[in-house]
Amino acid sequence: MQCEVCQSKEATIHLTEIADGVRTEMHLCEQCAQEQGVGTKSYIPLNELLSNLLSAGPKGEEPAEPAESEPVCPNCGYTLDKFRDKAVLGCPNDYEVFEKQLLPLIKKAHDGATCHCGKVPAKIPTDSKKQLEIAQLRQQLDEAVRKEDYELAAKLRDKLAEFK
Amino acid sequence: MKLTEISGNINEWFSGEGPLSDVVISSRVRLARNLAGHRFLAACPATEKAEILRKLKDVLMALDLGDEVFYIGVDKVPALEKRFLVERHLISQNHAFGKGPRGAVIARREFFTAMINEEDHLRLQVLKAGCQLSACIEQINRIDDLIEQKVEYAFSPKYGYLTACPTNLGTGIRVSVMLHLPALKMTGQIEKFLNAAKALGLAVRGLFGEGTEAAGDFYQLSNQITLGVRENDIVNQFEKTIIPEIVEYEHAARSQLLSHDASLLDDKISRALALLKNANLISSQEALFLLSHIRLGLNMRKHQGASTPAIDRLCSLGADVGDAGNAGTTDKISIVTVNRLFLLTLPAHLQLNYGKELDSTHRDALRAQIIRSALNG
Repeated sequence: MQCEVCQSKEATIHLTEIADGVRTEMHLCEQCAQEQGVGTKSYIPLNELLSNLLSAGPKGEEPAEPAESEPVCPNCGYTLDKFRDKAVLGCPNDYEVFEKQLLPLIKKAHDGATCHCGKVPAKIPTDSKKQLEIAQLRQQLDEAVRKEDYELAAKLRDKLAEFK
Repeated sequence: MKLTEISGNINEWFSGEGPLSDVVISSRVRLARNLAGHRFLAACPATEKAEILRKLKDVLMALDLGDEVFYIGVDKVPALEKRFLVERHLISQNHAFGKGPRGAVIARREFFTAMINEEDHLRLQVLKAGCQLSACIEQINRIDDLIEQKVEYAFSPKYGYLTACPTNLGTGIRVSVMLHLPALKMTGQIEKFLNAAKALGLAVRGLFGEGTEAAGDFYQLSNQITLGVRENDIVNQFEKTIIPEIVEYEHAARSQLLSHDASLLDDKISRALALLKNANLISSQEALFLLSHIRLGLNMRKHQGASTPAIDRLCSLGADVGDAGNAGTTDKISIVTVNRLFLLTLPAHLQLNYGKELDSTHRDALRAQIIRSALNG
């Protein structure tokens, strides 16, 4: 079945509306459906996500700070503006330099996660391994508190104390 | 190695074999990695990109993968070869048409590719036929470990593997499966699948990944979250929950077609067959669309024992088996015949095998001719 609007693509969204007892049907392709505000996008394009998040600022996270000089990465010379423009970062160091500004974006893209768990390079220094475990424990602790699992939270807190 | 050495055949991951292969065409795991001590590519001058390329190429070409590997200087090959590599899922569109020094190290059997200087310094991928994500992750981890013995990756204890785009941060993993869902489409339930995928935070793309539309009822489903989740947990979620459920829905839709809409199903298969056997011009979109219905009919016979007038007619059809060594051999039509036609009639495959670039009308004529002669074999 062809899309009723563009008359070219296959209609994949079939809308049935019943208003005042009158039934109307619409058959649209995904693109036309989106243009008409019907149907859903299967994923948010990255650029949209980036520009929405970075232009909106840390809404609800913390009050906006007075304009200070924009941070510049000493390693690659990137600024946030440049990141916004390119949609990719300039170097690994940017994650530290722009950490505060990137955090809302990272959280949004990864369902609230702010800490890595999973594979770790074998060559990582022992110090870093320890840091990683601490960071993961902190994340688990936050999660336990959020779920009000205080028994688990207490255990995690004790473990963290051991590390320190 | 010349690409024409592989362009006349289908590859392992498109063999039509493997677990759940009537719905899951292939499984893929990709890892994004960057070298410590270098800037990400967007901030790299060409000299630094060339240095990264040289370093990684040397490491990758020396790996023991149990298969011959070859290198393609992606920035140096003609556009047609780039498009061919994209059609074969060996490199991405971004890699093919990006900027600056870049290349790909590819295993001859095509189960492994390393893209050097795509969006990240290194993108590793392992591809297998059917639902085989566990095998993919196991193999890619082994390869990743071997590489890591030779280079130092950019890694932070807090954020994991550091990637050029924060959306790949952490594990840098992208797990994806290529699904063939013709019955969900025919029964008008595909939107349900798209919405369910969205609710699970998964991305749905077309046959050739990012930025491509679903064609011929093929959908690529992949994870989007890469931070705060273990690689194996993502793979397990796909293998134990997501894929079995989708396969069950597609099977239910196929059964529904057989029991309630056999005439609709038969009509689609008969029309597809009539057009494919007789048309003089076929676009690649139309070929994908029609071959999709043929594939459905064959799989319903093979996996569900379906018998309808159109499926019976389809299954008794002789076809040119078309192995490189046995051209002209005829046998009954099979999934392999259809998969071969899917791949070999894509625009760049068509032109590379023909030996020169063709305009779209000539391509459509050649495509129709290849399909006609295979199905009337």
